[in-house]
Amino acid sequence: MATQQTIAEGAAPRVPLLYDPRVRGIAYQILVFVGLFAFVYWIIGNTTANLQRANIASGFGFLQGRAGFDIGDSLVAYSSDSTYGRALYVGFLNTLRVAILGIITATIVGFVIGIGRLSKNWLINRICLVYVEVFRNIPPLLVIFFWYFGVLSVLPLPRDSIELPFGSYLNSRGFYFPKFLWGEGAGLIALALGLALVFIWFVRRWAAKRQAATGDRFPVLWTSLGLLIGLPLLAFVVTGFPLSFQFPALSTFNLQGGIQVRPEFLSLYLALSFYTAAFIAEIVRAGVLGVSHGQSEAAHALGLRNRPTLRLVVIPQALRIIIPPLTSQYLNLTKNSSLAVAIGYPDLVATGGTTLNQTGQAIEIVAIWLIVYLGLSLATAAFMNWYNARKALVER
Amino acid sequence: MKTVLKALLGSAVLAMAAGSASAATLDDVKAKGHVQCGVSTGLAGFSAPDDKGEYTGLDVDFCRAIAAAVFDDPKAVQFSPLSAKERFTALQSGEVDVLSRNTTWTISRDTALGLNFAGVTYYDGQGFMINSKKLQGISSALQLSGAAVCVQSGTTTELNLADYFKANNMEYNPVVFEKLEEVNTAYDQGRCDVYTTDQSGLYAIRLTLSSPDDHIVLPEIISKEPLGPVVRHGDDQWLDVVKWVYYAQLNAEELGVSQANLEESMKSENPEIKRLLGTEDGGKLGADLGLTNDWAARVIKHVGNYGEMFERNVGADSPLKISRGINALWTKGGLQYGMPIR
Amino acid sequence: MQEHDLSFVRAEMVASQAPPVAEHGLVPWLRKNMFANVVDTIFSLLGIALVFMIVPPLVQWAFINAQWTGSDRTACATLAQGGLQPDGWSGACWAFVDAKFQQFMFGRYPSAERWRVYLTGFLFVALLVPMLVPRVPRKGLNALLLFVIFPVVGFFLLSGGAFGLKPVATPLWGGLMVTLVLAYVGISVSLPLGILLALGRRSHMPVVKLVCVVFIETMRGVPLITILFMASVMLPLFLPPGTSFDKLLRALIGVALFASAYMAEVIRGGLQAIPKGQYEGADALGLSYWKKTNLIVLPQAIKLVIPGIVNTFIGLFKDTSLVYIIGMFDLLGAVRQNFSDANWASPQTPITGLVFAGFVFWLFCFGMSRYSIFMERRLDTGHKR
Repeated sequence: MATQQTIAEGAAPRVPLLYDPRVRGIAYQILVFVGLFAFVYWIIGNTTANLQRANIASGFGFLQGRAGFDIGDSLVAYSSDSTYGRALYVGFLNTLRVAILGIITATIVGFVIGIGRLSKNWLINRICLVYVEVFRNIPPLLVIFFWYFGVLSVLPLPRDSIELPFGSYLNSRGFYFPKFLWGEGAGLIALALGLALVFIWFVRRWAAKRQAATGDRFPVLWTSLGLLIGLPLLAFVVTGFPLSFQFPALSTFNLQGGIQVRPEFLSLYLALSFYTAAFIAEIVRAGVLGVSHGQSEAAHALGLRNRPTLRLVVIPQALRIIIPPLTSQYLNLTKNSSLAVAIGYPDLVATGGTTLNQTGQAIEIVAIWLIVYLGLSLATAAFMNWYNARKALVER
Repeated sequence: MKTVLKALLGSAVLAMAAGSASAATLDDVKAKGHVQCGVSTGLAGFSAPDDKGEYTGLDVDFCRAIAAAVFDDPKAVQFSPLSAKERFTALQSGEVDVLSRNTTWTISRDTALGLNFAGVTYYDGQGFMINSKKLQGISSALQLSGAAVCVQSGTTTELNLADYFKANNMEYNPVVFEKLEEVNTAYDQGRCDVYTTDQSGLYAIRLTLSSPDDHIVLPEIISKEPLGPVVRHGDDQWLDVVKWVYYAQLNAEELGVSQANLEESMKSENPEIKRLLGTEDGGKLGADLGLTNDWAARVIKHVGNYGEMFERNVGADSPLKISRGINALWTKGGLQYGMPIR
Repeated sequence: MQEHDLSFVRAEMVASQAPPVAEHGLVPWLRKNMFANVVDTIFSLLGIALVFMIVPPLVQWAFINAQWTGSDRTACATLAQGGLQPDGWSGACWAFVDAKFQQFMFGRYPSAERWRVYLTGFLFVALLVPMLVPRVPRKGLNALLLFVIFPVVGFFLLSGGAFGLKPVATPLWGGLMVTLVLAYVGISVSLPLGILLALGRRSHMPVVKLVCVVFIETMRGVPLITILFMASVMLPLFLPPGTSFDKLLRALIGVALFASAYMAEVIRGGLQAIPKGQYEGADALGLSYWKKTNLIVLPQAIKLVIPGIVNTFIGLFKDTSLVYIIGMFDLLGAVRQNFSDANWASPQTPITGLVFAGFVFWLFCFGMSRYSIFMERRLDTGHKR
């Protein structure tokens, strides 16, 4: 009845202030804001008091200090005389290295296993299923330990290294292979490689245009391969083979010379790749199954064979389903690389942890961790979103 | 809604929060009925859980000695296993009453970290261990150039190592782990040629390797590592208790008072022994410490004197078989010197 | 009309014939499923080779050569290492797991008090099983018991200090028990907290929304280890000087906050999938925000994302193993700690311990994932036509 009256009067309903949703919303927000502010203020107050008590100066000045500890695995020059900042940088590069290589390998292995899960071949199907179910249900830390201790217990000492082709060796200190020493004129080879890539791009464009116009197809793949190998090879011959090798050789303790891939890196990289691959396999499988059956039937009806159907119809659509979850797997892999600390691979968390322990600058180190990992996550997400936008359905 | 949540969380946190660290640790300890003792997560001979999960070792026995002095019960102690990284925070925040965890006495820890070292229960130094079967002909640390060295991160050991190799113009390949267990396993699996840590630690770790007899500890000692119990800065009474439990054990050894002959010693007429065991008339040494007069007798009864504690855990009666060396009494050419009890 | 004059009507069924030989039995099945064409054959042969490379050595190691009994390291070390096994022997050292089993399960929880752990475990199973079986009635009461009453009872049972129970400090807890405590608390805190965060993220109030977005994205953007480091090293710094609180509790807070951020994103997916009409319908009925959320939106949204929720639970369960890195002795930590026991040191000990821990984790996670598939099938009503 009250409602009828208000409608009849034609005036806006008079709501008590307490029940006005807008006022309430603002009140809640002020409450949250004040609460949060008080909480943060309390924490900052406590922290400063604690830091004063423990005699720890805050600020990032400590990054300039001499680190004093050594790092085994470094992509850039580093010694115990370098600064803490440098040590963290070394750790950051190590994180990047294992994350990027891990993502590439996990993607390849994951796609292979995922397609294997769709295979009509019973045995292949089962093997892939077992793989996925085993790796998905074990903590990544354990997978890393398995690889590390499993690999270490199998490999021999440097004196009894396993010899591999091309002057490579495998032992409990890692995988050694010859170092390329480029002589004079090596720049020309790089130039030839770049030139080949440019040519390939033009050939592809031209071939696509020609196919669209005339329907004739051009063997793009073979031409590209020819260019890619032929041009640098030509440059190589012209400049008179400016390449020599530095082979690893046994010294008192270890193999010296060549390039060493340490077992810590190797096992972390393999563990992360194989662990993440199990998840990627399931994503790929779901993606391919997610493409409606009518699509491939229609493609067959148009006269496309199996392979073009897969390449031109099924995969492009499956990718749309695959990419978003794939992105989060890439992020997970990057974050899981921080488990390196358990097997002594000097990534950002490990070098940061040592720095934290030597300097006591807990807040600054954790802040650096947060910023770097958030940055990496945002960068990966941005790249994948861009790629996703390219592959997404263009709706007209 | 979030505020409510935070408030709830906060109150839950505070509800479970342990008692805050107050100045009078001894009163706190008496009130709660046990000593909370920070020990290492697993170092044979110093503090390691046995098959039943009971902690044993030199550091552990020292905690038991404190508990014996306060409560006449060596079991009135609870152990908090701590990693190298957590140990000082745990002590500062009052999580533990005493830290007995093979901790090196350094000036920065004494001053900047707000700690007090009560004594040196074990004089140690950093050494190197190698597998003599696989690396024949190596008898000195100066031959180690180019070796892969296993070391625990975040310790003074790691820094000493870098300094030593640099000073001797040698190269090495550091293999650094956060946890002792990982360093052990990696060394055992042949990941590195050399293991470096405190020498006592090396002897202890050698036992846990799969073929202990293949490994030798090199003679070089590259640093001073005086290890001892640590308490919070600013609580002199508690510091005294911890300090004098240690000295009482030393005095007992000097006087020949041991677990075995305690009964007879209690009847001894030697004034020094009487003062130590609190059997003299009108003695109030124990009371001044805030304990009972038979405090030292309790320590000897339950844990024994320093020599017994040493031999049982790391010395001849233990698998480690470390000789007393500089840890012998001053009367026998060592550094252990018990301040007079009078 | 024409009449049929049937001279013969079969009265009984003809016995069914066996399928042609070429379609029946092992050989045709193999031909169809493994050797259909050249490529298939090559793959199958490769697969068989792979299986033969992996399975026999594994069986050999885990069962045939394994040592099941023994009282110390000699059972699992070769002669050269001072043990009883012939040189070159390699097999699992289950005797080690057997000797340390109690520690792997309970850590250093006093033996005399372990009945309390058993009782807690029993209560948990007794409450969980009816919760999981859809046919059992009174789900509301059950949930109340499991998520409100049980934690209180469990807390007092395990840590003691009241009702005449001897206090057992958390540093004594360890092994699988800690793993399960972490997982249980993580799960039961992260679900409600995740729902609140997801609702907050979809809120129309900009301040609330911002707070939730920042929290969720920060937690999801960084590795759990850094969160745990923060919880174990920095939390004491954030509190008033002199306050300290339990290490297990610190890890619990870290794990729960981390999981709730992931949970929030899963729930948000469900919220977004609810058609707008549902919200509008609820508004038209004059339901308040909380009534609308509790009665209309959440039941539908959560049902949609059950697989995602269970996946987050599995992830959380696996992530509990990381507390080992901040020095706690969960199952993995207890196993790792015992590697440095001089009584059991042998080259086979570490790998055997790890295999055991891996198997236990696998059992739990695999069980959860199977249950999620079961629920998914059961709830697969409506929405999909």
